[in-house]
Amino acid sequence: MFGNMFSARAWELVWSFRGTFLLGFWHTLLTSILAIAMSLALGLIFGLMSSGTKTSLKAVARVYVEFIQNTPLLLQICFLYYALSFSGHGIGILASGIISIGLYHGAYMSEVFRAGIQSIPKGQFESAEAQGFGYVGMMRYIILPQTVKVVLPPMTNQIVNLIKNTSVLYIIGGTDLISNTYSFVTGVNTGGAYGPAYLVCGALFFVMCYPLSRAATIWETSLKKRDQMSAAKE
Amino acid sequence: MKTMIKLSHIHKVFGDLHVLKDVNLEVGEGEKLVIIGPSGSGKSTTVRCMNFLEVPTSGKVFINGTEVTPKNRLKVIRENTSMVFQSFNLYPHLDVMHNLTLAPVKIHHKSEAEARELARHYLQVVGLENKANAYPAALSGGQQQRIAIARALCQQSKIMLFDEPTSALDPETIQEVLDVMVKLAEESNITMVVVTHEMGFARKVADRVVFMEDGRIIEEGTPDELFDHPKSERVKQFLGKILNH
Ligand SMILES: Nc1ncnc2c1ncn2[C@@H]1O[C@H](COP(=O)(O)OP(=O)(O)OP(=O)(O)O)[C@@H](O)[C@H]1O
Ligand SMILES: [Mg+2]
Repeated sequence: MFGNMFSARAWELVWSFRGTFLLGFWHTLLTSILAIAMSLALGLIFGLMSSGTKTSLKAVARVYVEFIQNTPLLLQICFLYYALSFSGHGIGILASGIISIGLYHGAYMSEVFRAGIQSIPKGQFESAEAQGFGYVGMMRYIILPQTVKVVLPPMTNQIVNLIKNTSVLYIIGGTDLISNTYSFVTGVNTGGAYGPAYLVCGALFFVMCYPLSRAATIWETSLKKRDQMSAAKE
Repeated sequence: MKTMIKLSHIHKVFGDLHVLKDVNLEVGEGEKLVIIGPSGSGKSTTVRCMNFLEVPTSGKVFINGTEVTPKNRLKVIRENTSMVFQSFNLYPHLDVMHNLTLAPVKIHHKSEAEARELARHYLQVVGLENKANAYPAALSGGQQQRIAIARALCQQSKIMLFDEPTSALDPETIQEVLDVMVKLAEESNITMVVVTHEMGFARKVADRVVFMEDGRIIEEGTPDELFDHPKSERVKQFLGKILNH
């Protein structure tokens, strides 16, 4: 239809359908934020469970992590959406997406937190205990703050992956950024504007992910700088 | 004299390893007790049983008259004991002031101002009042250990446990830590239990010295009795080795 994929006409077409892209952007953002919150909460809880001493809790965390990590996300989202819908308890596309993506990345976050907690020397736990801190106080004031440095890079990695993984909503008919872009380029009236559409889509993803990566890098650098400064002071 | 710590028929088993074999010990209020003995004899495990960092496999621990159980452990620790470790274990993410005020504020529910007051006082005691804003990584080993002692003092506990507080230090900085401990021993009524190889320190401050070997207390007495007139051959041997170093 268009001789040149990047013709002005194609860009105009994308512009006139900007609402589709913005809606996709908004749904991806919303899904991401809620799924990130869920994955962090799950990751923290299961990370604490698997780094603790209670074998029963460890086993539960292990099952969750292994089960989620060794089955495809696409299968999980289909199961959650279609199985629930057909049993008459459908929870909708967006909720299915948020929950399945949150669950999926929660398993990876759990491993991130576990590694972070296990990187803290035993003496820190003993010191806290000897001062009379219970489990919650010890984690909150002494252990978890020390894990930030270790956890930050892989956590950011997971968050960026999570945002990109919102594209799985496509398979259950979502209206996220990837799905909307794909519908646009394959639509009867809108077809053919592949180049500009995918560029816009990519730019919108970049706008979400890049500031996050940057912010995490800056935070990490400032933590490292504090360490170096305090070590050099003497 | 009131009994502050009582270990009664303590056994501790790690896997196949029988580490403590019927340890019985009483420490009176204000008493300064030094524990010596060869490596692996169970000195650390004994002290760690006193604040339940290790839960005895069998036997009873009484602190200030209360039997310690896994259930009341936190409460008993909070009210009675503090500990100084071989490896200092300061909190690296907090500056010195916050290392000192964390437990007073979060555990003992003191106000921030009160806790700072307390911290400044004990920083003075250990001679490091100018380090309040430093991070642990910026301090020498000796300084870190003095801060760790100040942190323990901020808990204002009646009992202080020391597990080889100078063993990880450079020879030049050992004395500054020992000086602080001597001062504490001489000027306070705190009950002190100290695992150490510093015989000079033991002679100077100990009311009683306990010699451990292979999970048992083999001999105990005043520093003069134990160091100058040891009864068992094993203690003589051990002292010979230590003093010839
Ligand atoms: N958590 C543990 N798990 C298994 N074995 C342990 C544990 N803690 C201590 N042990 C063992 O118990 C024995 C006594 O250890 P302990 O640390 O009490 O000795 P110690 O007298 O303090 O020795 P050192 O002078 O080397 O510090 C050692 O053989 C040690 O390997
Ligand atoms: Mg030891």
